Amino acid sequence: MVVFLTLAPWIVPAEWASVLLNFFILVIMATMWNLLAGYAGMVSIGQQAFIGLGAYATLYFALKGVNPFVTIPLATIVCAVLAVPVTFLLLRLRGGYFAIATWVVSDTALLVIGAIAFFGGGTGKLMPGLQNLSPSQTAHYSYLATWFVALVVVVGTYLLLRSRLGLVLASIRDNEVAARSAGVNVQAARRMIYIVAAAGCGAAGAVLAVSQPFIQPSSVFNIQWAAEMIFVSMIGGLGTIEGPIIGSIIFFALQQTLQQYGVWYLVIFGTLAVVISLWEPRGLWGAFRDRFHGELLPVGYWLGEKK
Amino acid sequence: MSEILLEVENLSVYHGQLCAVDNVSFSLREGEILAMIGANGAGKSTLLRTIAGLHQPTTGSVSFKGLNLASITPNRRVRLGLSLVPEGRRLFSSMSLEENLLVGAHRANDGPFTIKRIYELFDWMPSRRKQSVWQLSGGEQQAVAIGRALVANPKVLLLDELSLGLAPIVIERIYGLVPEIVAQGVSILIVEQDVAQGVAVADRVHCLLEGRTSLVGTPKELTPEQIDRAYFGADLSHSSAAEGDGA
Amino acid sequence: MIWLNVILQGVLVGGFYALFACGLSLMFGVLKVINLAHGDMAVVAGYVAVFLTPHLHIAEIWSLLVVVPLFALVGYVLQRTLIQKSIDRDPFTTLLVTFGLSVVIENLLLELYTANAQTVNVGSLGYNSWHPGSIFYISYVSLGVLGAAVAVLAILQLFLSRTGTGRLIRAVADDREAAQLSGANYRHIFGIAAAIAFATVALAGIAYGMQNQFAPTSGGVNLLFAFEAVVIGGIGSLWGTLIGGIALGVAQVFGAHFNPEYQRLAGDVLFLLVLAVRPQGLFGKKTAL
Repeated sequence: MVVFLTLAPWIVPAEWASVLLNFFILVIMATMWNLLAGYAGMVSIGQQAFIGLGAYATLYFALKGVNPFVTIPLATIVCAVLAVPVTFLLLRLRGGYFAIATWVVSDTALLVIGAIAFFGGGTGKLMPGLQNLSPSQTAHYSYLATWFVALVVVVGTYLLLRSRLGLVLASIRDNEVAARSAGVNVQAARRMIYIVAAAGCGAAGAVLAVSQPFIQPSSVFNIQWAAEMIFVSMIGGLGTIEGPIIGSIIFFALQQTLQQYGVWYLVIFGTLAVVISLWEPRGLWGAFRDRFHGELLPVGYWLGEKK
Repeated sequence: MSEILLEVENLSVYHGQLCAVDNVSFSLREGEILAMIGANGAGKSTLLRTIAGLHQPTTGSVSFKGLNLASITPNRRVRLGLSLVPEGRRLFSSMSLEENLLVGAHRANDGPFTIKRIYELFDWMPSRRKQSVWQLSGGEQQAVAIGRALVANPKVLLLDELSLGLAPIVIERIYGLVPEIVAQGVSILIVEQDVAQGVAVADRVHCLLEGRTSLVGTPKELTPEQIDRAYFGADLSHSSAAEGDGA
Repeated sequence: MIWLNVILQGVLVGGFYALFACGLSLMFGVLKVINLAHGDMAVVAGYVAVFLTPHLHIAEIWSLLVVVPLFALVGYVLQRTLIQKSIDRDPFTTLLVTFGLSVVIENLLLELYTANAQTVNVGSLGYNSWHPGSIFYISYVSLGVLGAAVAVLAILQLFLSRTGTGRLIRAVADDREAAQLSGANYRHIFGIAAAIAFATVALAGIAYGMQNQFAPTSGGVNLLFAFEAVVIGGIGSLWGTLIGGIALGVAQVFGAHFNPEYQRLAGDVLFLLVLAVRPQGLFGKKTAL
């Protein structure tokens, strides 16, 4: 599977490669949102702030002459750094307050970037440094970059959840008061996760920028990204690694088949998300796993008795 | 023999995997005061909350005047004549004393307890009725909580840990009201950690230990040692450990 | 002197924000629900006014009389079905369900009515304004909206403090379980609160349509402003929402005065400042007893 995906741009038609690329971007974002919400209990509707910041960081370095593909890790680091002061404001809040505040932060980022002439203001700017390559080379390289980042993000998240930090998260989720009194530094754990999620979304924004040569604030800071990552995680299954991936597959399947009819696929997707959260909150993968006791990547959690 | 108002049969209540109430049975007759005593975590509050309808029992049943309460919501139980004064008072913090009573009265049955009657029972209230409940002392708040439940004119009043957080003299004054309430035709189920108070005011005593019934009887028949053992569980006198279980 | 007009404009816009936000404040204060579809409901009201009331042969301005009660009913039903179900699960779910609803509504509107802008036609009332002292500029509609906002908030406040049902709503907001133990059917009370919230948002939506053009995605930015107004003013206080709305409006107009691009940003910054310094807002409620 891994080999196939790596060689894909040379095997499959260009449009498919492009779809796969966008699929990987969605998987990255959804995995990050799932980490925040499903594992750490922080519901954010403002992750697009870091998608946008990642994209613009990439643009910045590219405009300064750095090779666009090298800017990806740089942009990721920039987002992680920018996330730190944000956590000091956001992490005092819980639940709904936290969610709204994330949205305002993303709106602020949108407006600030949009006001900076260097970035082309509201109308956007062309990504430099890609004109030397032929279109198909650009497509291939950005595909590989995105595939690589997606792999790193998913595997990295898996490893993180198996690590001590993952254990800490599980203890906080099970019983925060108990965890705190056992000496767990809840706030530090939350901060770490938020920064990781910000970095991940920044990476998504970076590869997005590299794959779409024209960058505009309203597209990279769009709340549509939030909608997609949330729905995909919910439908696939919160609190599982496979969930966001499965949700993304469903999303793209729906989008590709129904796109010709306009935005009906979004209506269906949204309705599906509502139905699943009310009637099957474990999501599709969660339900499948409970019924068949299958685990591809075991970092899920059990509550109650195993039947 | 007076009518059985409240009948609890083989009631078990689970919090997730934790068993809070384990196969408890008892009944409350008209005009009675029944005291449920037990240590913290013995399951007493869970029991009262289940009777009031805030928890669902896992097995067993609660019946009021012969009617099985299984599908009846808490607010409808109030209308039937079953009122709970919850642990910690739980007054409406944004409202005044009088407004709290008014809320209690909005679904009132006919009966002797009107707001006016409550003001007679607690003569300090009328002058302070417009005050926010924040400004009242612990004992005064407890009185308002009791008043709020009484204005609905219940036939059975459930009292959860009245004495919590109150000074002894205040506790005495509050418990002094209990006979007066019973005289007006209300039967009472009291839950208490304070054994002395519970035993002093009750007609019958029911002791809970880790969710299970450990002792039942009237204050006259039960000795302090029996109650101690039922309350705490293990025989605490270390010297008699080797002698094993006593009488 | 020009600054006085700037402040005045801020107050006028703030009135609209307050009207828009009071439903949100009510739902959060009573049901503890953050309705992310709130903004879209306002837009739907605008669409209903523009597209459905012509079938009733009345001028669009009178659509209020039909749409507002209709929305109250919709609010009650929606609350007793979907929203209650999500409340029964956990707060997480209500956020996600209302977000889902928001996306569904926006895209449904896009499909049915395209992305073209619409307005609620109120004839000459929409264009005329008042120029006292030739410095101030007060458009009739915005003055009317401010008046409506104050009136609605005053009526709501009276309702909550003087009537039995209002008292029950406050009781349920204070302590839902204790209210149940006092005989209140909290689901029904939730429904009434939701009905009121939906009615006010319908009013706000039509008011918005009278002064501005709207499109399927207009709900988003207004929702943001509504949240900001509620948080700045303080959850649980209706007058706080009015002050919060006005504070937001003034901040935005000031920002715009320096640079049109700073309008929304000024509001965002004020919001973040309040969150950093005084998270419970200017008139925030005390914690429970």
